Parts: sequence; C-alpha cells; structure tokens
Amino acid sequence: MKKLIILVFCLAFVSFAANAQKFITKTGHIKFYSEGSLEKIEAHNHQVNAGLDAASGDFVFKVLMKSFEFEKALMQEHFNENYVESDKFPNALFTGKVTNIKDVNIAKNGVYDAMVEGKLTLHGVTQNAKTKGSFEVKSDKITGSAKFSILLSDYNIKIPGAVANNISKSVEITVEVNLEKLK
Amino acid sequence: MKKSIQLSVLIFLAMISIRANAQDDMMNLLNQEAKPVIDYTSATFKATRVVVGHSCEIPGTGDLLFIFSHHFGAINTGYDNLFGLKQAQVRLGLEYGATKWLGFGVGLNTLQNTWDGFLNFKVLRQSKGARRMPFTLTILGSTSIYTTKWADPTRKNYFTSRMSYATQVILARKFGQRFSLQIMPTYVHVNLVPTPEDHNNIFSVGAGARFKISQRVAINAEYYYLIPKQIRSTPATSALSVGVDIETGGHVFQIFLTNAMGENTESLITQTTGKWQNGDIFLGFNISRIFTVVKPKEFRKKK
Repeated sequence: MKKLIILVFCLAFVSFAANAQKFITKTGHIKFYSEGSLEKIEAHNHQVNAGLDAASGDFVFKVLMKSFEFEKALMQEHFNENYVESDKFPNALFTGKVTNIKDVNIAKNGVYDAMVEGKLTLHGVTQNAKTKGSFEVKSDKITGSAKFSILLSDYNIKIPGAVANNISKSVEITVEVNLEKLK
Repeated sequence: MKKSIQLSVLIFLAMISIRANAQDDMMNLLNQEAKPVIDYTSATFKATRVVVGHSCEIPGTGDLLFIFSHHFGAINTGYDNLFGLKQAQVRLGLEYGATKWLGFGVGLNTLQNTWDGFLNFKVLRQSKGARRMPFTLTILGSTSIYTTKWADPTRKNYFTSRMSYATQVILARKFGQRFSLQIMPTYVHVNLVPTPEDHNNIFSVGAGARFKISQRVAINAEYYYLIPKQIRSTPATSALSVGVDIETGGHVFQIFLTNAMGENTESLITQTTGKWQNGDIFLGFNISRIFTVVKPKEFRKKK
C-alpha cells in the first residue's frame, strides 16, 4: 500500500512537473511572403496561438486564417475567399514535436537549435512538415523562430490560370513566437 | 497488495495513454487559452454596386476605387441605332474607404451633367464567433446636382432646384459561400418636380442578390420597386437590372442589362422610364479599379 501511495504521489508530481513546463502564446507572429514575376505578396498574422511542452517536445500551432493582414484589402479578400477559403477552413494547424528537445535546456539562457517535425494542416489538407529553427531561452520565456517554404499545390490551393505566371507557386513562411510559461 | 499493484499498473497505463495524446492535449490547451475572435463576413458583394445601385460594401480601408460606368442606348431602337450602341450614358466615379465603417464618393454623370456625392456608413457588420451579427447594415446618404442649362431661363431659377437627395438603408446578409441578399428601402427627395402632381418625396423598396457561380464569376440582380402614383408627369417605372460580375485581380468587371438610364441613386429611382417588356433596355458595364492609397500600419514603416 505504501508503494502505491508513493507511486501515485510520484506520478502526480511528474504530471505537475510536466504542466509546469508548458509554454504558450496567443500573440505569435507568422509572416508569409511570396514573390512572383508581377505580384509580391506579404501578409502578417499577429494572433498566432502556439504551445510548447518543454518536457516532451510537443509543439502545436493554431492559426486563424482571417487574421492575416495584407498590404491591400483586396488581396486579403482574395486570400480568404478564393485561395485558402477561410470560411470552409478557418484555421491552419500544426501538431508536431521538437525532436531534439533534450538539447534545449530551459533552465539556462541561450540559443538552441530546434528540429521540428510534424503535420501541417492548411486548406483542409494535411502534409508532413519538417524544419530547423531555433529557441532562445530567456528567463522563463522561450522565443521560437523558424523559416520554411511550402508549395501551394501541396495544399490544394489553386492559382487561376490567368494569374498563374504572376504569382509564385511557393510561399515562404516565417514564424516567431514568444512563448511564456503557463501559470 | 495484489490489488494495489493492479491499480498502480492501471494508473501507469492511463498515464501512458495521456502521454500518447499529449499533442492533442496541447491543442486543447491552446483552444482553451485562445481568446475568441470576431469572424467578420467578407465579400457579401464583390463590388460597391450590386448592378447599378449601391451594395452594402464600401471600399477597403485606405483603398481608392475608380468606377467607370457605361450604359448604351435602348436595345429596341433597332439596327439604325445599332441596338443602342451609338449612344451612351457614362458615369465617372471615385470612392474611398476612410475606415472600416465609413466610405464616401463623388461621380460625374453625362445624364443631365449631374454631379453626385455620397457618404456611406457601415453601421453593422455581419459576423460570427465572439460576436454574432446576422446582418450587415449600411446607410447611404447622397446628393445629386444636375448642371445642364435651365429649361426656362426667363423665370427666376434657384440653385437648390437642381438638387435631389437620396437616403438608403441597406440591410444585407451573406447566406453561406454562394448567395447574398440585400434589401434597401430608399427615400428620394427631389427639390423641384416638373408638375404639382409629382411628389417631391419618392419612396422605393429595392432588393439585390448575388449568386456565385465560380470563384470569380457571380450573377447579380437588382430590383427597385417604385411605389406607384408618386411620379405623374413621366412614365417612371421600377428599375430591374441583371448582370454578371467577373473579377480579375484588382478589377471587377460588371456587364449587365437594365432599364435604368441613370447611374446615380436619385436618377435610378426617379428617372427610370424604360420598360423591359418593350425591349426598352440598355446594355451596360461597370469597370472598377482599386488603388491602395493608405497601406496598413505594418506595411507603412518600410521604405
């Protein structure tokens, strides 16, 4: 019986400890940028939700598509209505892992490389995604940064024939999230 | 003792299963923590016009919109007149979106050399999520001044006699992805009417609809029911317009058939005399081009 009590206590402690290592943000920043022969497209989203479990390395993102802001209001409307179809697919999701989380010491300030791997869901299509980024640890705060490219065709985002030559088929995504320790 | 081992194994297994779903847990945590956002409906109508009359839309904030509207002559004038191609009524217009809820514009119409100006206020915006609003409500106030020579220069003419005003309440809703509808009760005040039998205050009720047939093409229709017996000296009638919206990047191209000769709200309501059943209809088009004048903050810093 004693053993059981100890075990339960340990487990409770472990789960408590795990909870204490969760970092989240609601105001992460994602920029996307593409440069075609005619159209340069840039958009910013400052309402990115992201969460990192620094113990397990689980790393998730939830991005409201309608929160992307464009240089031209019309571009934003086209983006939501014609390209990513935000009413049908309101969010982009990423669920994955920091595969080298062991190397990131959240107790010590510094910059660490991060290998992130997981599944990215965009426009209702889920694809495997993998990128190298970095974590900057600074007293209970972790800033995650990464830059990667995706192909629009992988996510079934169609570019109409009339503008196909003007718009780039790949998009560069820059992610910056200031994760704060969950209280 | 046996029991307690069993129990601890059970707890251990439960913990493992929790670990396996940790990514989902993180996602649930995000969903709990995420603050609810207002999801505004966009593009109830693609252009600021359903066909001839105003839609509930105003230009995007900081966007200047140039609209070139063209109505040919009546189709029933036959081959001699090339089915109306020889004539034209044109309106050149500029519109600007000052904020999310305020727009204004000016136009010059060849019909009686009329200048028009308007303000539109988007009072309510259809939304879901953190705030649920079933409709978009836009209120339009406009003034038209015709500037052709006085019909009778010998009598005393007042500048105010050239003016007429329109007030329009546009109640719109986007139903799903394809279909949008708006209802627009309209009140027009004409300062000087031709005969005492004609009313100065004219009431009309309009309805407009958009049906999207592809990502970039939609069919639009608009009907302004003119309440009868208000205008006596001319055969004024209700205006019916049916058209197609084609959008290509920064342009929206609208091509349509209408029995309305006038392009400003006041003329549309009070000076539509063509009858569809007589073929007294006009082919017309609107071409709009958007220029971004003021960029969002994020894009302003650079350069």
